[in-house]
Amino acid sequence: MANLVLDNVKKSFGAVEVIPGVDLDIKDGEFVVFVGPSGCGKSTLLRLIAGLEDVSDGDIRIDDDSVVNVPAADRGVAMVFQSYALYPHMTVRENLSFGLENIRMAKPEIERRVGDAARLLQIEQLLERRPKQLSGGQRQRVAIGRAITRDPKIFLFDEPLSNLDAELRVLMRVEITRLHERLGNTMIYVTHDQIEAMTMADKIVVLRGGIIEQYGAPLDLYNNPHNLFVAGFIGSPRMNFVEGKLTEIAETGSTFEAPGLPPMQLPGKIASTAKVGEAVTLGIRPEDFSVAREETGGWPVSIGVTEQYGANSYLHGTLPGDIPVLIHEAGQSTARRGDTLYVKARENHWHLFGADGLALAHR
Amino acid sequence: MTDLSMAKSGTSIRGFISRRRGRKGLHWTDWLTYAYLVFGLLVMFVPVLWVVVSSFKTPANLAEFPPTLVPFSSETIMVEGYDEPLPLFDVVTEDGDTVQLAQLRRVGIQAQMVDPANPDERIVVPIENATPVRKFYLAFENYSNLLSDTGGNIWRYVYNSLFITVVATLITLVMNAMAAFALSKYRFRGSNVALVSILATLMIPATVVLVPTYMIVAQLGLVANLWGVILPTVATPTGVFLLRQYMLTIPDELIEAARMDHASEWRIFWRIILPLSSPALAVVAIFSILSRWNDFLLPLVVLTERQSYTLQLALASFQTEYGIRYELLLAMTTLTALPLACAFIFLQRYITSGIASTGIK
Repeated sequence: MANLVLDNVKKSFGAVEVIPGVDLDIKDGEFVVFVGPSGCGKSTLLRLIAGLEDVSDGDIRIDDDSVVNVPAADRGVAMVFQSYALYPHMTVRENLSFGLENIRMAKPEIERRVGDAARLLQIEQLLERRPKQLSGGQRQRVAIGRAITRDPKIFLFDEPLSNLDAELRVLMRVEITRLHERLGNTMIYVTHDQIEAMTMADKIVVLRGGIIEQYGAPLDLYNNPHNLFVAGFIGSPRMNFVEGKLTEIAETGSTFEAPGLPPMQLPGKIASTAKVGEAVTLGIRPEDFSVAREETGGWPVSIGVTEQYGANSYLHGTLPGDIPVLIHEAGQSTARRGDTLYVKARENHWHLFGADGLALAHR
Repeated sequence: MTDLSMAKSGTSIRGFISRRRGRKGLHWTDWLTYAYLVFGLLVMFVPVLWVVVSSFKTPANLAEFPPTLVPFSSETIMVEGYDEPLPLFDVVTEDGDTVQLAQLRRVGIQAQMVDPANPDERIVVPIENATPVRKFYLAFENYSNLLSDTGGNIWRYVYNSLFITVVATLITLVMNAMAAFALSKYRFRGSNVALVSILATLMIPATVVLVPTYMIVAQLGLVANLWGVILPTVATPTGVFLLRQYMLTIPDELIEAARMDHASEWRIFWRIILPLSSPALAVVAIFSILSRWNDFLLPLVVLTERQSYTLQLALASFQTEYGIRYELLLAMTTLTALPLACAFIFLQRYITSGIASTGIK
């Protein structure tokens, strides 16, 4: 059980600055997900916390004790690697007990811990097998089990599900969440999959270029993205973006105009900093359009590909000026290729971003 | 993750040997391949076979020209009135009959023979009419003579050779693996320079450094001591390079996981790196065993006393003692080559999988 504080942590490899300075405060028992595109420094940040890399500058504190000069093994953290990093020449039991033998723990205690971890993860019948003889999901469990036997303060997961097939990934997602509920430890989880981030996290850290773009609860990020990047990254399928400018600002709603498109009413309040004539980007999530079949003053979307999921439908269309737009309809859509639909923004279900990419927050 | 475990060949030996390109029947490239392989087999294997077969021939049989394919010995018979057994010959008489006579002596193109049934009468026979009576005979006495002639010394030589081979190979494996571990898994200033300079020693022939090596050995007081042969070449550049290349394929994450598991670097080396490098270690071990067992030059210079001779030195000394005794020489050559053949047969799986996995990756 521990909280974790990153204080202006910097990391550079030679001349390349990977993490220019990160401040983060993770509370005891939180499940925090680092998410971002590949190369954003999320794995590096995790390795800094684990102690596998040395920080170039700044401080890392676990339970208020600085650990930057503490070797990885003594930080009280356990890591689950992307490749699982199971020792191929040892049985599952030996894999689980290797770390405990190294600290010369008493045999019965090792037995007990390995047994507990195996029971918890339901891998008891696999204890005498070698990693090669296990399926991907089983290896994953063993890797988590190895972390559990060490009874760490903080669990670190480095893209643990990326090697599993889609179905298993969904299962393991739930299982890890359940594990977190049962153990109650602080967990830090790195992924590039924003669905994993949304479904598992108490808090999400969105990283880009080694900088924290936004830190908050999943739905908070979803509903109030601070900038264009977070808006585009969180949510699947992606938010639609249209560039244009504001032509009118009023108490009850504003008007947005894009070249070649009729003016769009944006019902709801807008930030006081917004100015008429300012170049802005309008962002609307696929499910936030109000869709009409008849001409009612909305933007005309000519439908191309339609994806029928059964319970949901996604319509890929284009606005005049070849701006791609994706529309979600609940249930099974009747729209066909070549149809024209008319879309409007729903009250307060739209996002405006200034020229600098920052959100013009709703008041 | 790469599968680190020994790459066991999935196909059966039979399937491997009868592999071919043509789906039905043999493609012409199959013929070519098999012809080439059979040619290679003959070139490599016939001399070995010849040595083994010849080691079972009697001295007389060895001296024969043209040589016989299988070991023969001349049939002999005890004849009344003569102390030594006499060789038997099939002689064609003037009437065209064939009789068996024992030869007393040969004079030019005539031979004096005697009928074993009638030992008093001497018969002179032209040698072109006489052919020796021979039978298939394996001269095991070559081997027993070898053991008895040299006294207990042969066992001394075997022990010396074995000691050098086993101890040197063990030390070589540990030393090379340690160097390879450092060169493959640690980032430190000068690691490339170290690697290149290790590899550069490959360009220096062993004969060039023979004298300096001997002088160092002499300074250390190890002349005529087995350690004087073992120590100078325990680190081999090929071994270091081979092991390093293999260790590069071991994922760093394994080592990081071990570090997080409180394993010391020493323990990581013994518990993680060494077991996972076993295919490459097997290859290095085989190379080491081969070169140590067959090593001649360094032992020749360093081991100056008969007590410390290796088998190879003893083999060489046969030529000078009482002239060349081919039958003993051949028997000893066969004996000397035998352990290596065994090593190859038992380690074959490791050799092929090891060379394949170190070569491809």
